[in-house]
Amino acid sequence: MNAEPVKQISLPRRYAAIYGALWRNSVVREMGFKSNFLLWIVVELLWFALQLCFIGVVYLHTDHIATWTKWQVVLLVGASHFIQQLFQAVFLSNLVQFSELVRTGRLDFMLLLPMNTRFLVSLRVVDLGGFVNSISALAVMGYAARQLHLTPSAGQVLGFLCLCVAGILIHYSLMFLLTSVAFWTVRAQGIVWGYYSFFNVARLPDAAFKGFFKAFFTFAIPMLLVANVPAKLLLNQLRSPGPMLLLAGMGCACFVISELFWRFSLRHYTSASA
Amino acid sequence: MRKYWHVIKIGFENTLVYRVNFLLRAGFGLIPLLATIYLWRTVYGGQATPVGGYSLAGMISYYLLVTIVDTLTAVNEDDWQIAADIKDGNISQFLLKPINYLTYRLCLFFSGKIIFTVVSLVPVGIFVFCLRQYMVAPAGGWALVCFPLSTLLAALLQFFMSYTLALLAFWLLEVSTVIFMAFALEYLAGGHVFPLNILPPALEQALNCTPFPYVLFFPVSVYLGQVHGADLWRGLGLQAAWLVFFYLLARAVWRRGIRKYSAAGG
Repeated sequence: MNAEPVKQISLPRRYAAIYGALWRNSVVREMGFKSNFLLWIVVELLWFALQLCFIGVVYLHTDHIATWTKWQVVLLVGASHFIQQLFQAVFLSNLVQFSELVRTGRLDFMLLLPMNTRFLVSLRVVDLGGFVNSISALAVMGYAARQLHLTPSAGQVLGFLCLCVAGILIHYSLMFLLTSVAFWTVRAQGIVWGYYSFFNVARLPDAAFKGFFKAFFTFAIPMLLVANVPAKLLLNQLRSPGPMLLLAGMGCACFVISELFWRFSLRHYTSASA
Repeated sequence: MRKYWHVIKIGFENTLVYRVNFLLRAGFGLIPLLATIYLWRTVYGGQATPVGGYSLAGMISYYLLVTIVDTLTAVNEDDWQIAADIKDGNISQFLLKPINYLTYRLCLFFSGKIIFTVVSLVPVGIFVFCLRQYMVAPAGGWALVCFPLSTLLAALLQFFMSYTLALLAFWLLEVSTVIFMAFALEYLAGGHVFPLNILPPALEQALNCTPFPYVLFFPVSVYLGQVHGADLWRGLGLQAAWLVFFYLLARAVWRRGIRKYSAAGG
């Protein structure tokens, strides 16, 4: 008996290959419902326009909110939408489906696969519409930047993208934390949708808030960092690297906490199916 | 009539299962509301002139009333359930039994609304209590009488609009996109995001020609005493007229849909 020599593939390459396959699956699935795919993009555009309408109406009656002028806030709303849409593209539908995986017992099957379960649970499906919608967010940001006569340097754009990654990490980690509650009770499905309330806070200018609300949404649930810090970098409003380090640090902290809670929940998990 | 009491009882039991979800939804919904209130407070702090005739207390009261009326009237799950009933073929049984589907859904809507309101009473009550210094009293005797009436009409109007929209499931494979688009329109044009009378007058008048202000903005402006006299009666009349219009539309769409219906599954 001579078994075939097992080919050794490095870990990152193996996961990259798996993710490539998941990505291909998603593209095939989406293209099966083309009109629906396009309609969802229209839905997201409508809600984006709605947020911009609110800002437009507020600025009909004032010319500044704290220190923020109209086009600065438009750029902020754009940045927030950009981050939210990329998060939706990569993670959201996976997290929404998680409690269903627990309820139907499909999770048990995934736990047996020879790979990191969190990786699979978080990245199984890619929502391509999110990428398309993030382009509309960039277009609005570009227009706002022109109104403000801003020409960001290459360093600023690169920094902005890195900070966006940190913001996406925060959205992902916090929502994953909420999702893990499904291990304990399937009743709490509504929790995941409750996260939309946080998105609503993320797109507002931080200077409009003070006291407990501001502290809570900066240090406990860092929504006022996620979009504000990247937007301020483009707007030349950051006087020190402090906020950027805080955003990156909070991103890492949220991720670590969500991983600890995930492991703790897994240890206590007794399968749903008989 | 007895059979519909039964439906209401079933509705109570079914919605009670989701009480945790309702509590979470009502609680989480207060976060963006609080953020919006703080935002307006900052705007008012930076300038002396009131915004479109609203004082700061008036503006905050507006959003608190929107939350209250929305809790009492908004359609929560009904449209999704109706669309699912059609898609899964569950409505076949209603065609055979002496029970009217529209009345059946209306009973479920009311029982669901009662449970949702009772559950939301705690978070919304605490929230309004904390901001009570900003809450203005109803504008007068007529406002006190007409506000509940207008809120009831708004609830019925919302129900018939959502019902009609959900019936599109007879023709479309996937109605959720349509429901979300209509929801976005209603959210903006109904006065959820900002009071409609701070818009430029031409735009506000254009919106008044649509049914949207009557699902939310109108009852709130009745409470705040922004409409009185002949305008008040005209508004209530228009609200009732839209209600009848959507009731008739719902019936007509249902009749056409049934003809098309092929009971897949069931």
